[in-house]
Amino acid sequence: MDNHALGKGPDADILEARRLKGDGSPWRERFFQLSLWASLAVGVVFLGSLLTYVVVEAWPRLDLRIVTNFPDIIDPSQAGAQSAIMGTIWVIAFTALYCLPVGFLTAIYLEEYAEPDRWWNRAVEINIQNLAAVPSIVYGILGLGIISRGLGFGQTVLTASLTLSLLVLPTVIIAAREAIRAVPQSIREASLALGATQWQTIWRQVLPAAVPGMATGSILALSRAIGEAAPLLLLGGLTFITFNPTGPDSPFTVLPIQIFNWISQSRAEFVSLAAAAIVILLVILLAMNSLAIWLRNRYSHRW
Amino acid sequence: MTSTGIGRRAASGTTGFLKRSQPRYVEKAVRVLLIAASLVSVLTTVGIVIALIPPAAEFFGKVSFGDFITGTDWSPLFKPPHFGVLPLVTGTLMVTLIALLVAVPLGLGAAVYLSEYARPGVRTFFKPILEVLAGIPTVVYGFFALQAITPLLQDIWPGGEGPQVFNALSAGFVMGIMIIPTIASLSEDAMNAVPNDLRDGGFALGSSRMQVATRVVFPAALSGIAAAIMLGVSRAIGETMIVAVAAGGRPNLSFNPLEGMQTMTAFIAAAGIGDLPTGSIGYQTIFAVGALLFVMTLVMNLVSIRLVRKYRQVYE
Repeated sequence: MDNHALGKGPDADILEARRLKGDGSPWRERFFQLSLWASLAVGVVFLGSLLTYVVVEAWPRLDLRIVTNFPDIIDPSQAGAQSAIMGTIWVIAFTALYCLPVGFLTAIYLEEYAEPDRWWNRAVEINIQNLAAVPSIVYGILGLGIISRGLGFGQTVLTASLTLSLLVLPTVIIAAREAIRAVPQSIREASLALGATQWQTIWRQVLPAAVPGMATGSILALSRAIGEAAPLLLLGGLTFITFNPTGPDSPFTVLPIQIFNWISQSRAEFVSLAAAAIVILLVILLAMNSLAIWLRNRYSHRW
Repeated sequence: MTSTGIGRRAASGTTGFLKRSQPRYVEKAVRVLLIAASLVSVLTTVGIVIALIPPAAEFFGKVSFGDFITGTDWSPLFKPPHFGVLPLVTGTLMVTLIALLVAVPLGLGAAVYLSEYARPGVRTFFKPILEVLAGIPTVVYGFFALQAITPLLQDIWPGGEGPQVFNALSAGFVMGIMIIPTIASLSEDAMNAVPNDLRDGGFALGSSRMQVATRVVFPAALSGIAAAIMLGVSRAIGETMIVAVAAGGRPNLSFNPLEGMQTMTAFIAAAGIGDLPTGSIGYQTIFAVGALLFVMTLVMNLVSIRLVRKYRQVYE
């Protein structure tokens, strides 16, 4: 009755009721659920065909040559990726050295010390969230303009690892914060009630409980750095390198860059070479991710 | 040190007993160290801005901003050079658009399924697969687009001329798959944050599962979903290796996805590989295009961060 007064006819009532009740067609429900399921299946099928394709392409070259030999532009049958594999290890080791301490300390500050309603703490947080989504090539520009040419560190392992540590720092911070936040407040309160200072509480209670989570997150962040190629293209990573790095001041190449280099060659032999290097890269990533998952399951606390 | 403690205790009466007896240098030093570490991330942003502005400013001293932003010819290393950035911008937008056409429906479908339908066992199967998709290096996606997807498209293309060797379509498609995990996991978080009371209300009124998902949960999680899509757009605009490998290196003001086109990121990478001398106009173009890229993604990111805060405030 009231609806008439509001200018809605009885037809509108019926339509509205029908809309809320739905057509009740089980077929529509079925179809909807099926299409949801299909959208996940696309990802699974894609992943499966990508991995299969890479392994099949790589098969003829998947032997020790890829590990023991150095890049060879003239004779692809003698080419390998040893300098790239060693370069990746050097660069990632230094990246971990720089970004993990800074990331952990920042996470401790934001979780344990910072008052969240202060504008500067909010600014730091928003800044980190934004940095996590800044395109990686922009970090390459930062590395090129400031670290490589501005500070004069040149096209070296040091420049590459400093750039990559800034790139993954937001990821490390966010993961470490989650691990610290997962430690229950009651543990802190108990420690403080026994007379421990704030830092004693953090060092002896919070951090030991949070370390497995922090380690897991850091390994995942570093595995992102291992696969990263774009910023290093700006830092001289594409130079033709046929020797292993000997220190932080060595020129370098890394696996993703070597892969990019081989993809860009027109000869067909280089395609299987690129695929073989991709297999090596994926195996390294798989090993790191398995380690992370193992750590998570082995040391995860249930409070 | 104890003596000063006792002395102070005597001076301040009984309440002083509970006061700390000595200045805690370790506590202070730790605090300073932690704040210093937090400044590194602030300095990163400052560093990016400092890296971008001077060379970009020098560039705009030689090329007018109007010519840069409206010019339709990008050939900075030719003679005479042209600095119209539009071909790079349209290349970026074309690839991004194709990626979103793939990633938004599939990502949202996956999120609705995981949040509203999947049993725990199904979740523990699909979640890691999405994580693996997110963890594959982008150069590998590029390889797959160039070596597998493009030939496949050329084979099955019905009539007419199929895609070129380098084309926006396969780069965009593969990029779309790459972005699915970003969109799916953020939207799923937003849908999980919707209180069950709302779902129960919907079911109590006789709604079906699909109606609850599409008419109750989806609208309630809309700001989070929008944030997820914005972040996906930002990732697509900033992605470099897929387009550098599979979309070609020729600036091309075209809206035909079957043609090759260069994106802003692919140009920056190509110019960076060239190892141009500091101070040359070619070197400065890296920073001019980089500044444009940074501003575009910054806007997307900030809108996305705001939207996430909004839904967190409503439901948490």
